[in-house]
Amino acid sequence: MEEEKREKGVILLDFWVSPFSQRLKIAMDEKNVEFECIEEDIPNNKSQLLLKSNPVYKKIPVLIHDGKPICESMVILRYIDEVWPHQAPLLPSDPYSRAIASFWADFIDKKVYDLGTKIWMRSGEVQETAKQELLAVMKTLEGELGEKEFFGGDVFGFVDITLVPFYAWFHAYEIFAKFSFEEECPKIVAWAKRCMQRDSVCKALPEPKKVYEYLLDLKATYNLY
Amino acid sequence: MAREKGVVLLDFWVSPFGQRVRIALAEKGVDYEYKEQDLINKSEHLLKSNPVYKKIPVLLRDGKPISESLIIVQYIDEVWSNKAPLLPAEPLARANARFWADFIDKKVYECGTRLWKLVGEEQEAAKKEFIEIFKLLQGELGDRKFFGGETFGFLDLALVPFVAWFYAYETFAKFSMDEECPKIVAWAKRCMERESVSKTLSDPNKVYEFVLFLKKKFGVEY
Repeated sequence: MEEEKREKGVILLDFWVSPFSQRLKIAMDEKNVEFECIEEDIPNNKSQLLLKSNPVYKKIPVLIHDGKPICESMVILRYIDEVWPHQAPLLPSDPYSRAIASFWADFIDKKVYDLGTKIWMRSGEVQETAKQELLAVMKTLEGELGEKEFFGGDVFGFVDITLVPFYAWFHAYEIFAKFSFEEECPKIVAWAKRCMQRDSVCKALPEPKKVYEYLLDLKATYNLY
Repeated sequence: MAREKGVVLLDFWVSPFGQRVRIALAEKGVDYEYKEQDLINKSEHLLKSNPVYKKIPVLLRDGKPISESLIIVQYIDEVWSNKAPLLPAEPLARANARFWADFIDKKVYECGTRLWKLVGEEQEAAKKEFIEIFKLLQGELGDRKFFGGETFGFLDLALVPFVAWFYAYETFAKFSMDEECPKIVAWAKRCMERESVSKTLSDPNKVYEFVLFLKKKFGVEY
């Protein structure tokens, strides 16, 4: 079998609204890594490149580095940190702090998106329960943040990057489930605003209004009211 | 608060997640105190050490807790880095190991649970899914001795504890892993040649009895 010529450089298979993709854009921007973004047509028209690069899940984001694909945003985030370690290290250097950061990033990854999805997709009791659970998650995260500037302390890092893309979804969640993040978890909102002062973050996150419109479109498409 | 020195593992005897940690500690030759937990009446120690999930395993080192089995294993690999490296050195190989360990975490236990909790058509569907999951893993293994290549590593230990559950799954859902995924079974036998694995994994008959106990508890026909 002929060995394919590997394209050099960094490519990100992306979808504009994906918070998972945005984690990686933020990380690479922080590290001044040049990359090419290829927007995928999700969900109906996934490219051959995507299907070949992520045969297991067929999902974005996929990072393709010198032709070799890496999948799953948290795996990719660790990879980025290991390949470009010198600028803006995302994880702390001591093993215990790294384990704690990994724990909280994993907690965010397990909880936030699925609960958020129930908030915009569902209604009635299911939506209400999801809202309460999401607020409980945010309150737990507020406890972990404490009085620190960022989850990593003084330095913007791994946990901040994992969570901050969901800030662009707050507006939509608030409208669909009728509540206010500012009232319920003001420290998280204050933290998010601090993150948004960073170029890497405000460039990566979509406008909250556009996220809301995207979800309204999806609800109409799937007849969810 | 006076911190207990040394390494302590809060665990439950049959937990494949706890066993990942035990295998890692054994591979590295780390001395630790094993504390069996009552999962019905959870101890203050457990609840305080893992307030977020209230689950085992939890590793404590000099009183400081770490939770989530794969996070604990990576911590162990970083702290006791001079012996038996578990993750490969090269970033792409590490990413590949983490990807597949995450795949195992997302799929195997949950699908396995459906194998004994469900009956009829739903169980059939779970069985098909379970076999597909392991066929994918078989593809990833290829003709290598271990998932890590020549050496036993992170991905091997992420998966191997579930091998002790094969007998229970096969019996309840009526299939044979040896027929469906012979390379996985062969890989499992190679892993069992390692003391860290053979001393840690539960006896498949005991796992079967445990699952039977769970079936009775959940009112699933048996």
